[in-house]
Amino acid sequence: MADLSTARQQQVVATSPVLRQLPPASRFVLRGGPQALVAAVGALGLPRSDSPCRAVRNDGRAALWLGPDERLLLGTADAAGETESLLQRALAGMPHSLVEISHAQGAFELRGARAATILNTGCPLDLDSAAFPVDMCTRTVFAKAQIVLWRTGAETFRVETARSFAPYVTKILALAACEAMS
Amino acid sequence: MSATFRAASGGRIDRGRPLHFRFDEHDYTGFAGDTLASALLANGVHLLGRSFKYHRPRGILAAGAEEPNALVTVRRDGARVTPNLRATQVELYQGLEAQSQNRWPSLELDLGAVSGLLSPFIPAGFYYKTFMWPRNAWQRLYEPKIRAAAGLGRAPEEADPDTYSSRFAHCDVLVVGAGPAGLAAAAAAAASGARVILCDEQPELGGSLLSEATVHSEAVIEGEPADRWMANTVRTLAAHPRVTLLTRTTAFGYFPHNLLGLNQRLSDHLARPDSGQPRERQWQVRAKEVVLATGAIERPLVFPGNDRPGILLAAAARTYLNRYGVLAGSRAVLVTACDAAYQAALDLHRAGISVKAIVDVRSGSADGVLPEAARRAGLPIETRSTVIGTSGRLRVSAVRIQRLDASGVPAGPARRMGCDLVLMSGGLTPSVHLFSQSRGKLAWDESLGAFLPAQAAEPVRSAGACRGVFSLAAAVQDGTRAGLAAAQSAGITVAAAIAQMPPPETSAVGILGALPLPRGIRTGKAFVDWQNDVTSRDLALAAREGFRSIEHVKRYTTTGMATDQGKTSNINALAIVAAELDKAMPQVGLTTFRPPYTPISFGSFAGFARGELFDPVRTTPMHDWAARHGAVFENVGLWKRARYFPRQGEDMHAAVARECLAARGHCGLFDGSTLGKIEVVGKDAATFMNRMYVNAWTSLAVGRCRYGILLRDDGFIYDDGVVARTAEDRFHVTTTTGGAAGVLALMEDYRQTEWPDLDVWLTSTTEQWAVIAVQGPSARRVLEPLLEGIDISAAAMPHMSVARARICGVPMLLMRVSFTGELGFEVNVPADFGPAVWQAIYDSGQKHEIAPYGTETMHVLRAEKGYIIVGQDTDGTVTADDAGLSWAVGKSKPDFLGKRALQRPAFASPYRKQLVGLLTREPQCVLEEGAQIVSTPQRAAPEAAIGHVTSSYYSASLGRSIALALLRAGRARMGETLYVAMPDGDIPVQVASPIFYDPQGSRLNG
Amino acid sequence: MLLIDCPYCGARPELEFVYGGQAHVARPRNPAECSDEQWADFLYWRDNSRGVHAERWRHTHGCGQFFNALRDTTNDHFLATYRVGEAAPALERVARPRT
Repeated sequence: MADLSTARQQQVVATSPVLRQLPPASRFVLRGGPQALVAAVGALGLPRSDSPCRAVRNDGRAALWLGPDERLLLGTADAAGETESLLQRALAGMPHSLVEISHAQGAFELRGARAATILNTGCPLDLDSAAFPVDMCTRTVFAKAQIVLWRTGAETFRVETARSFAPYVTKILALAACEAMS
Repeated sequence: MSATFRAASGGRIDRGRPLHFRFDEHDYTGFAGDTLASALLANGVHLLGRSFKYHRPRGILAAGAEEPNALVTVRRDGARVTPNLRATQVELYQGLEAQSQNRWPSLELDLGAVSGLLSPFIPAGFYYKTFMWPRNAWQRLYEPKIRAAAGLGRAPEEADPDTYSSRFAHCDVLVVGAGPAGLAAAAAAAASGARVILCDEQPELGGSLLSEATVHSEAVIEGEPADRWMANTVRTLAAHPRVTLLTRTTAFGYFPHNLLGLNQRLSDHLARPDSGQPRERQWQVRAKEVVLATGAIERPLVFPGNDRPGILLAAAARTYLNRYGVLAGSRAVLVTACDAAYQAALDLHRAGISVKAIVDVRSGSADGVLPEAARRAGLPIETRSTVIGTSGRLRVSAVRIQRLDASGVPAGPARRMGCDLVLMSGGLTPSVHLFSQSRGKLAWDESLGAFLPAQAAEPVRSAGACRGVFSLAAAVQDGTRAGLAAAQSAGITVAAAIAQMPPPETSAVGILGALPLPRGIRTGKAFVDWQNDVTSRDLALAAREGFRSIEHVKRYTTTGMATDQGKTSNINALAIVAAELDKAMPQVGLTTFRPPYTPISFGSFAGFARGELFDPVRTTPMHDWAARHGAVFENVGLWKRARYFPRQGEDMHAAVARECLAARGHCGLFDGSTLGKIEVVGKDAATFMNRMYVNAWTSLAVGRCRYGILLRDDGFIYDDGVVARTAEDRFHVTTTTGGAAGVLALMEDYRQTEWPDLDVWLTSTTEQWAVIAVQGPSARRVLEPLLEGIDISAAAMPHMSVARARICGVPMLLMRVSFTGELGFEVNVPADFGPAVWQAIYDSGQKHEIAPYGTETMHVLRAEKGYIIVGQDTDGTVTADDAGLSWAVGKSKPDFLGKRALQRPAFASPYRKQLVGLLTREPQCVLEEGAQIVSTPQRAAPEAAIGHVTSSYYSASLGRSIALALLRAGRARMGETLYVAMPDGDIPVQVASPIFYDPQGSRLNG
Repeated sequence: MLLIDCPYCGARPELEFVYGGQAHVARPRNPAECSDEQWADFLYWRDNSRGVHAERWRHTHGCGQFFNALRDTTNDHFLATYRVGEAAPALERVARPRT
């Protein structure tokens, strides 16, 4: 166990075509009534959508539905200030809460035909593309950690996890990837 | 080669791949495709173990999961030792090493067998009856001896070096069992377009079809030979992209809402498993629909001496012959209660085994198709006869046969017939284990003599032999029917017509219970449960002694217990008890089926959750810095927190004393990142905070902080922490490290369900911020050079204020707060910047003798100030007033969590436990946390404690020990001398104020 | 592991949820006016139904929402889930019997 979870797994994370760490990003949790949520998505130039568990995106930005009153707004790392000022302007007078959590989470990308299988090592959701299509997103669990899972492509998933849980999640993903690739 | 009992041809083994293996210090050879059991039988080895209670010689009874006897230990190395494996399911590999169990000193000469001679004195319930007196002797004497003498195998003593994996999966239709019905069901569902998982515990798909003869087979399915149908079906399924085929995979448990636990054995069958390969993988499969095609298990016949090696179930002997090419003997006697078992005699006869007699215990004349075929083949059939005994020491050598008279009792002369193989068949018992686990109701079918699946509790269907449809053609038809119906119920449009359910068949109806004996079944040693050595006599005795419920009989006699859970014995045991009680079977009831179907390793359940991955290990942004600087860490929940930073030669006591003095004298640096943080935002944020926390928040100005207390609605302290108002509509709430998730959940609960009208939202920011506490008289001077755009002088930034500014060029939320009683600041920066800012503060502090300190010093410093830690100085029964915190309660507020409870008379009692300080008379004596406090010294009799120590430390600043305690009427006892009762004597203490250091708080405001 | 139909996200595994006790136990609007007995009733007294039980769940590792459910405690079947503030639906749906 120990051997496998150190050398081999580090190698997988470092070189794996399957699992890679994503660069830093700006992240905001937007909570509020429907009016504010719609206005915010519009202000960021994103397609309008109220569908549960769905992400909308354009170049560089995305809004992930996490709950009926909650969106996770993702952007490039340098976009935090711009996001904040855009939203402050667009949401003035609408009840809402905008909280930056850029540093609170880390992100990984899992790619390839086995990506769903690898995730199912610890994630209990049905990740068949019919049940979990592209741009579906949700908070869920992976083993004993909470994650946000977003299917960004037919064989690509983005995994967001609280920063202190990231080593745990990636270690198990790396072990699962080793196993799936062997 | 010693494989003298191998047929010249036939079987599914690979005769081109001989495998060498070892069993109990003897070397043998088998073939790829063999099980350990078939390979041993091929070598003429029938003696595999000793029985549990009487140490009787035992052989192989069955050929599958139901095997009660042939339990072996398979050993790869010192750590890879697996006991209690059924030899019938252990796949042979090159170099396999197996040992028999439960024998000493050797299998052939077992001294424990002496207990067999004593067996008349070891009836059912023997242990309960005998070892009751003297009372203590059970624990000290009898129990260890019995455990040493009995027991099923030994657990490995080293840690398991293997890895285990896990997987969640979903499907439209899960089919359990890949026999004819299961294959047909999977094929039908897959052809309809369903997502299908088919699992089977065997290494090869096919189930009972694998036991059909590979040459001269008459088995036909849908117009083609059964083996060709099987191969074609498996090939089609394997090529289907929506089908997952799992071999070596046992469906061991059926849980609510169609979740099934599957255990897949990945490497136990390999001579040299790949080092990275998991040994097992546990699947949790959520199926829209389940088809159970779990087959049936043949029942043994209960007659005296039925347990000798060489006595097998008829179907098992047929499997050994047809699947493994093994001749289980040369001179066979078949004892049967059903027609189906005649096929075994026919197959054995064709393979050249001499069938000495077919003893048919039924009252009829045996004129079915198979008995007629046996007659035509010239096999001697003894109708209306029975076996009343056997002989042979380590292997059966003869049976005694007697005719049954008109009333079905053995009468007339008994004949002895020499043989080395006895086959028996009492009929088939449908395997309803999983259906019953799913909470489906079973119904007794009188014509079939079996419990069958009745009302389902989950979306599940049974097909084939497990619902009494035994014949090949009908089972396949039933499987197809179930597969199509399941796909349709799963929401798939099914083109094919769905046939009616074929009715159960009576062709395999046999006999239930014990075979008749001249002087009744209470004579002779006729085994019902091989694994637990339970005889028909034991069951009859239990009934006679007044046990009525089958559940009680099970526990009294141990029938149906242990690793096989009575797969071969339950129905016979039930029938015997029913007959003794003169009741119908369903009235006596059936014991409950529980998971697992067969034993599952602990590793499979653990999966990845072991070692460093047992739980997530959470570390703060400054963790690596602390590790580099020699920190000793402690676990706080899932977090690793630096406990102290020992320098060369320091123990914890010395390090903590130094760290305390540094923080009080100069400056200390502390990582507070693990504290929970919740951003409470919205127009109604202050209203919400007013309702949640005891404090008056409306009066808190923007830019100010306040110590908040959160009660539950029962009035007891739940959490505490500093709350900063960063804007009119925004609060930055901190919680305890352990309370973070619970506080957020509690807040969300009230927000969503009690006050949905409030415009307020909550967001956890615990991990957004690295929190660096800079504490001590030099704190201001340490920070000042690093700050931009903020004046932190005492006038501009007084105690309990908050401001946004920049530090080292990055954004910062700065709070002037103190959990030490010193001048203090908490620097919050976005987590990624934490290490750099920490280092900059550390560098800036060098000329102020800054010292990093850990949680231990934090605890001492706060205790010196009488600051509580929720969960240490409180325990869920402590009110704000008990803790001396009633000053914080906003008494004019109309309501807040827990306010109503505070009106209870009990909360006003002066005799409540209250937080006080304790000073030991001997200043160097440090009390034990948790120690009890009494009021009288040197008591003769036990005395009720009046309190307990909650926190206790050595205070380097004060040069003596200090302690906090919860003490009845504590505040009225100031100055009293009380006693802390310890095993080696009382420790006198004086009750004091809980604030030991700087009670005026002048340092705080410095 | 139960499969729970979150009114916002659909059917999800029990691992994502936290049980929240009996449903429709409203906190008194004016706690100060409650007698000790009434307050104790609110705090501590809960049904222990054999059969249909209205209970709260929170989709903690999902949308974060509390919701209510009707569950048959004898077989763990959910008869309905519904949002906070909605009335419990009438019990017309029953589990389908089948063999």
